[in-house]
Amino acid sequence: MKILIKNGHIIDPSQGLDGMGDIFIENGKIKEINMKRKAHDAKRKELLKSSVRTIDAGGLFVMPGLIDMHVHLREPGFEYKETIKTGTGAAVHGGFTTVCCMPNTYPVHDNASVTEFIIRRAAEEGSCTVLPIGAITKGQKGEELAEMGTMVKEGCIAFSDDGSPVMNSLIMRRALEYSRTFEVPIISHCEDITLTDGGVVNEGLMSVTLGLKGIPAESEEIMIYRDIALAELTGARLHVAHVSTEGSVQLIRDAKNRGVRVTAETCPHYFSLTEDAVSGYDTNAKVNPPLRTDIDRQAIKEGLRDGTIDVIATDHAPHHADEKLREFDMAPSGISGLETALGLSLGLVHEGVLTLKELIEKMSLRPARILGLDDKGLKVGSVADIVIVDLNREWKVDPGEFVSKGRNTPFNGWILKGMAAVTISKGRIYEQ
Amino acid sequence: MLKTKDLLGIKELSGEEINLILDTAAGFKDVLGRDIKKVPTLRGKTAVNLFFEPSTRTRTSFELAAKRLSTDVINFSVPTSSVVKGESLIDTALTVQALGADLIIIRHSSAGVPHFLSKNLRASIINAGDGTNEHPTQALLDAFTIKEKKGGIEGLTVAIVGDIAHSRVAKSNIYCLTKLGAKVRLIGPPTLIPKQIEEMPVAVFHSMEEGLKGVDILIMLRIQMERQGKGFFPSIEEYSKNWGITSERLAHAQRDVLVMHPGPMNRGIEITSEIADGPRSVILEQVTNGIAVRMAVMYLLAGVRRS
Amino acid sequence: MNEHDIKRALTRIAHEIIEKNRGTKDLCLVGIQRGGVHLAKRLAAEIKAIGEKDIPVGSLDIALYRDDLTIRKEQPVIRRTEVPFEVTDLKIILVDDVLFTGRSIRAAMDAIMDLGRPASIQLTVLIDRGHRELPIKADFIGKNIPTALSEVVEVQLREEVGRDRVVLKKAKKGA
Repeated sequence: MKILIKNGHIIDPSQGLDGMGDIFIENGKIKEINMKRKAHDAKRKELLKSSVRTIDAGGLFVMPGLIDMHVHLREPGFEYKETIKTGTGAAVHGGFTTVCCMPNTYPVHDNASVTEFIIRRAAEEGSCTVLPIGAITKGQKGEELAEMGTMVKEGCIAFSDDGSPVMNSLIMRRALEYSRTFEVPIISHCEDITLTDGGVVNEGLMSVTLGLKGIPAESEEIMIYRDIALAELTGARLHVAHVSTEGSVQLIRDAKNRGVRVTAETCPHYFSLTEDAVSGYDTNAKVNPPLRTDIDRQAIKEGLRDGTIDVIATDHAPHHADEKLREFDMAPSGISGLETALGLSLGLVHEGVLTLKELIEKMSLRPARILGLDDKGLKVGSVADIVIVDLNREWKVDPGEFVSKGRNTPFNGWILKGMAAVTISKGRIYEQ
Repeated sequence: MLKTKDLLGIKELSGEEINLILDTAAGFKDVLGRDIKKVPTLRGKTAVNLFFEPSTRTRTSFELAAKRLSTDVINFSVPTSSVVKGESLIDTALTVQALGADLIIIRHSSAGVPHFLSKNLRASIINAGDGTNEHPTQALLDAFTIKEKKGGIEGLTVAIVGDIAHSRVAKSNIYCLTKLGAKVRLIGPPTLIPKQIEEMPVAVFHSMEEGLKGVDILIMLRIQMERQGKGFFPSIEEYSKNWGITSERLAHAQRDVLVMHPGPMNRGIEITSEIADGPRSVILEQVTNGIAVRMAVMYLLAGVRRS
Repeated sequence: MNEHDIKRALTRIAHEIIEKNRGTKDLCLVGIQRGGVHLAKRLAAEIKAIGEKDIPVGSLDIALYRDDLTIRKEQPVIRRTEVPFEVTDLKIILVDDVLFTGRSIRAAMDAIMDLGRPASIQLTVLIDRGHRELPIKADFIGKNIPTALSEVVEVQLREEVGRDRVVLKKAKKGA
């Protein structure tokens, strides 16, 4: 399939591109990039002749497809919440061309046969690239290491017990040391379960007012401190998942200043909402780590701005409507985030917290580097993973329109500015 | 007029609404003093006691209040119902509604359940206690008792003693008393008083002797035996020695102090029998007033037009 | 009616009550909140002035016995019922300011029956404005004022508003 994207504002800081131009795609790869310079018009005529499909980007930004390092696709085992098909469908709807799926499936993704299953299903039904993340420990029980080597061979690009922390420090140490063999990151869900003690919201005025058990910020910060210390001890690559508090940002900042190999991600809900979203016992705002205070929210934004936080990931956690339609204590945690992430993150660009180039770093280039993916980016020979973004188009969030099976979002009814107009994954076009 | 169709908590009530309920309760207390303790006011209405937590006292109080208003009452206690078979909360609620409930009195161990029912059902929801959130009718009957005995609430100093962190009665009382202009003090060990409560308009004390100085009303909370062994305090004996109310400690308060307790009491632990049965105690009147207050709540809610 | 008219009517009614009942034995007055209560107290004073004894006076709130609780926009305010005497075997003179549909009187009788078993109930009203919807009749009437349904009869009493007056108001547009 030969595709020409013309009249786009091509922008990719990793390639030094920022200007009007055309991109020509052939067989799922980028064949040519024709920036608006001297020989531009002549070249374009030539490309137009060979194209089967032409997309007029109309001046909109053409950037590398977004990469989401933290997604729950729920398959195998929880297909009633989401499948690889619907999850990747949601991803391209949101502008993502690569997603990394977490291992808390059923059975747990702790061995190579599940890796093979996921990769095969993604090839059969996926709308975008799916890179599996394997479990650190067998069954995610935190006791015995899973077979990282065979899983890497089958296709895992990182390891995590996400959903749960690795409580035993010795096991975490061994996991970090062992991962160095394969040069893959260990993604840590930082939470001290004993401090969480059944909590369901942030421990603060909201938890007292609503009578709900609170989770103190320290539950996250203590584990971040521990994991950073272990990363320093072992020299392994640590990636901290879903950072939510001011204290956590500071710990990571200090660690980076010391030269520790740590990277970190946050999610759009941590810079868009506070614990106030839980008022009225809205289960759509129940998430782990919980929504925190405004001070934490500002610290997250500052962490993004000054580079302490490297990545914006969604922690896309779809749940069936019945599961959220119940007592707050009993409802599962999670927000279905793939289809609102870009809109919310572009908010940071409109606010002036990040430039558009910095946003592309957070949502595409840094994830690619952390995961060791070198076939991304807008350069000749790369996979054609591209997203055309309308920075200024306003739209209203309506979970009824989601491609994801998960309608659980606290952003229902929000007006967002900016969205993915066209997503191209491996040369296949997905339009709004 | 009450602004919403439900009583979910004191948080959601204005000072005027609280006073309306208390004034209406005064009228109902008259009815309770007669030979024929019944009025036909809510005849034909159906009230359902939906109790997911065991409670004889509160449930009986609501049942009596409903019957005094000529309402038909159904008691739906969890152990005897299909919830044990795994029915979801929403299905149980819709079933109750299909039975024709006009008023649903709900007690549940999870905070926010009354709000959940309010969003999903047409009936009027009365919160009889949801987790560690609120127990609004208890606070209302406490306020009624204080008002009756002292003539008013504004300016009085009220001390609430005990497990504030886990007490929905304490929370509702804090909201109610502060909205009516009282000065509220909390007394208890630091492990049982959440840090963030200091952001509310209350004063926190850890010593009984200090906290009781000049107090007009003392509300003693029940210390739950289940709290032992969880690290909140070393032992019930130690708790009782430091925070139990005794005659010596009561002497620090005002001469005409009232001693209240939501019940059931742990005699000899948080309160001595001497005080519980003594002249300063209004504990039994709280029980009587509870029925009048609950009648007032049902009367006022039954009259709110539902669109 | 003005202040004098009202006074004269009450005096006359007091005489009629004593005449019909051959004295004041076993009599008591029960006024319906709020207007009826003031009038009952005045009647008690009139009866005493005629040289007879003190007869007991009580006040009755009928809010809880109304038949329109489920169709009104707002719940009626509940006032005090203070009948500090046994009503059983007494002859009750029920007092209200205006007799209209008769439903308030029906509610008042039900309320009294819940207090005991009176020997009889006789109805006294200051104004009878017609338009009965129930078979209720007053025994003692201050004045008959035929009215249209859309009109309003307002009895203003000095205990509430500082002066005594009965006013007939035409309906406001859109009322």
